[in-house]
Amino acid sequence: MSVIEISCLEVWREISNYLDGEVDAELRARMEAHFKACAHCKAVVDGTRNVVKLVGDGFEYRVPEGFSKRLYAKIKGK
Amino acid sequence: MSSTGANLVPTETELIQCACQGDKEAFYCLVQPCERGVFTAAMSILNNAHDAEEVAQEAILKALTALPRFRGECKFSTWLIQITINEARLKLRRDRRHLYESLDEQQTDGEGEYFPRDFADWREIPSEQLQRMELRSALKRALDSLPPKYREVLILRDVQHLSIQETAQVLGVTEGNVKTRLLRARIQMRDALTPGIDGSWSTGKQEFEKVRPW
Repeated sequence: MSVIEISCLEVWREISNYLDGEVDAELRARMEAHFKACAHCKAVVDGTRNVVKLVGDGFEYRVPEGFSKRLYAKIKGK
Repeated sequence: MSSTGANLVPTETELIQCACQGDKEAFYCLVQPCERGVFTAAMSILNNAHDAEEVAQEAILKALTALPRFRGECKFSTWLIQITINEARLKLRRDRRHLYESLDEQQTDGEGEYFPRDFADWREIPSEQLQRMELRSALKRALDSLPPKYREVLILRDVQHLSIQETAQVLGVTEGNVKTRLLRARIQMRDALTPGIDGSWSTGKQEFEKVRPW
């Protein structure tokens, strides 16, 4: 099955939606055909996917020590 | 606080009912699992642990007062995050009015196109090569370098795993805005974290910096 070609610019606009599964089947097929042919866009999508994974798995803000205790005291005092 | 059924752990609905009747222990049990999420939401806007704690705790106390008005139209945790986001924005306006206005100004710009800065290949996640602390530190610096409106969307979606619809709801923007900001946030993060074409480490003084240490 042949797919209609898509430009790099159009691919970049949709990369985040593509990773979130927010593009329709036709656009997905066009993007995937593009990734096979374009090393630059493949690098962008792979790197962006890595960012989503690293941020999701590896990042957290540490809740300050004693936060829960101070919260409890404020709730009880309210 | 009481519980029904064979499971002695009270449900969220039961905790809400008890808290509405003035049971503060029940309210504490209700909000305790949300502490990290509430603190993280405050950090995504304020980016300062002291201010974020103040706002997070203030938001939780506001939720206690407002709890009888909670109708369960969204998850309790989402509702709490929404209150926190509003409180954090109020604090920014109150404490740093001039800064907030300048950020607002920036925020009107650049909702349009953002192009990747380089096309270095980065297929493998190098987590094995990195100490956890190094990774956390690199991510923190990359996040800090994002404009606030991109940082808050990225944190709500990719750290807290809110849906696009929930993210739009708590930020008071459209789902289209969320998608656009998320795209830019993720690509800017990639640009900040991807090694240069030759694998070397560089620091550009743009609106963000390359911070990846590997």
